[in-house]
Amino acid sequence: MSAALELRHAALGYGSRRLWHDLDLSVAPGEFLAVLGANGSGKTSLLRAVLGLQPLTSGAVLVGGRPAHRGSPLIGYVPQQRPLDPFTPLRARDVVGQGIDGHRWGVGSLRGARRADRRRRVDEVLAEVGASEYAHLPVGLLSGGEQQRVRIGQALATDPALLLCDEPLLSLDLNHQAAVTELIDRRRRERDTAVVFVTHEINPVLPFADRVLYLAEGRFRIGTVDEVMTSSTLSALYGRPVDVVRIGDRVVVAGVPDLHAHHDAAVAP
Amino acid sequence: MTWWHRIFDFSDYGALFALLHNSVIAAAILGVVCGLISTFVMMRDLPFAVHGISELSFAGAAAALLAGIDVALGSILGSIVAALIIGLLGVRARERNSIIGVVMPFGLGLGVLFLALYQGRTANKFGALIGQIVAVDSVQLGYLIWTSVVVVIALVIMWRPLVFASTDPEAAAARGVPVRLLSPLFMLVLGLAVAMSVQAVGALLVLSVICTPAAAAMRVTASPVLVPVLSVAFATVSTVGGVLVALGADGIPISPYITTISFAIYAVCRTIGRVRAQRGWSRRAAVTR
Repeated sequence: MSAALELRHAALGYGSRRLWHDLDLSVAPGEFLAVLGANGSGKTSLLRAVLGLQPLTSGAVLVGGRPAHRGSPLIGYVPQQRPLDPFTPLRARDVVGQGIDGHRWGVGSLRGARRADRRRRVDEVLAEVGASEYAHLPVGLLSGGEQQRVRIGQALATDPALLLCDEPLLSLDLNHQAAVTELIDRRRRERDTAVVFVTHEINPVLPFADRVLYLAEGRFRIGTVDEVMTSSTLSALYGRPVDVVRIGDRVVVAGVPDLHAHHDAAVAP
Repeated sequence: MTWWHRIFDFSDYGALFALLHNSVIAAAILGVVCGLISTFVMMRDLPFAVHGISELSFAGAAAALLAGIDVALGSILGSIVAALIIGLLGVRARERNSIIGVVMPFGLGLGVLFLALYQGRTANKFGALIGQIVAVDSVQLGYLIWTSVVVVIALVIMWRPLVFASTDPEAAAARGVPVRLLSPLFMLVLGLAVAMSVQAVGALLVLSVICTPAAAAMRVTASPVLVPVLSVAFATVSTVGGVLVALGADGIPISPYITTISFAIYAVCRTIGRVRAQRGWSRRAAVTR
């Protein structure tokens, strides 16, 4: 079986600044890859490159064995949770529907078999993400966690082989963080969808991540959580002493001021 | 109560209607176009941009009046220049607002200058500020029809990607929607729609047909189909209703009738929306089967 996502000798930079280079990575179907790193380390740029929105400086990105391109139906994308305007003229089911045909020109078919197919698919996805109960409510009136479920539904609408999540837990409380992560984990176990999960905090995804890609200071390390989240690995990446401590079932990283500054800034309104 | 009879007077209605049937047609077309575009103006948070464009449209009309060329053409040119400036320089909301705030008074100032220099009839002078839908002749009606055809076709083609890009630009870009291209394209279409409305209701009152209808619709529904449908209905009732009620008025422009109807619809919708939010929308059990 070909890899869901493959990067070969990939390099990315803006002008004279290089974010990362010589990145070789292969994500298998059903694998959960957590992407960690400080602000500005190129996590989001990596996702943009996979989405075909950001050309690589060199190297190649393959999605399902083929070169990445804009708008690929093989990819589902879950953006950061940002609260929607309460008067957004969309119901939860409309947001899921956008994942099916929101990118197509025109107004869409108003009746007929196609419309019925579309409706059935939307209902299926809503049930899969547990959002059927509020399918008809204006999406702007839903809680942050509910909105994020609906966004995951939108990303799953085309039944993608690869799910890209860009800090999907940001500004969610702990209960919702757990619910959203479990939803994504269930999907990859049941449907073999590969997951690339960008996050600045390892703990919410600790039980699920098969491997970690850690980006820092133009360098990176790929490996299991136990391999990467150690004092020696992170110290080598950052080029200064970083302490990684396991407290119970949590990993605490100390000595990367940027990481926590980013965390605080991201949580502030 | 003579002022009352100046505002409402329905004697000789039939004869007046025959004289003004162009205005009624113009009002209906305007209602449809503004109702549709209003949906996106609200989704993309552009009411202030509409106001800015309309002031420059007014400046364009005043310049045309002074130069002795077609006023509608001047108005369209002014609108398009403004829409392009706002579309290209103001990508982020914050930047956009300051660009509009800077450009708008400059445009309005130019308009005032051109009007002061103009030696013709004073009635022409204020047309672009408070509207002259009563005076629509066949040539202007032709302009209006062609502009609306362009605007409606453009909106129909862009519809789904524009809704996606307006409600969630990041997810839309990830799905392949050309978000950066749609933004200036929409501003152009908006410029055309604003120019038409300036001719009819005047630069000062454009928002009542390009902002209020969808703002009202969004208070009572979140359906992406019903919002534009209701918005068109509200806009058309305001414009056509305004013209019909104003027919018998003596020396009073039509715009206050249009703006008042539009505002009344908004007030009713807001009340309905509030009642609904307190009962229906927040109660979830009712939605499940």
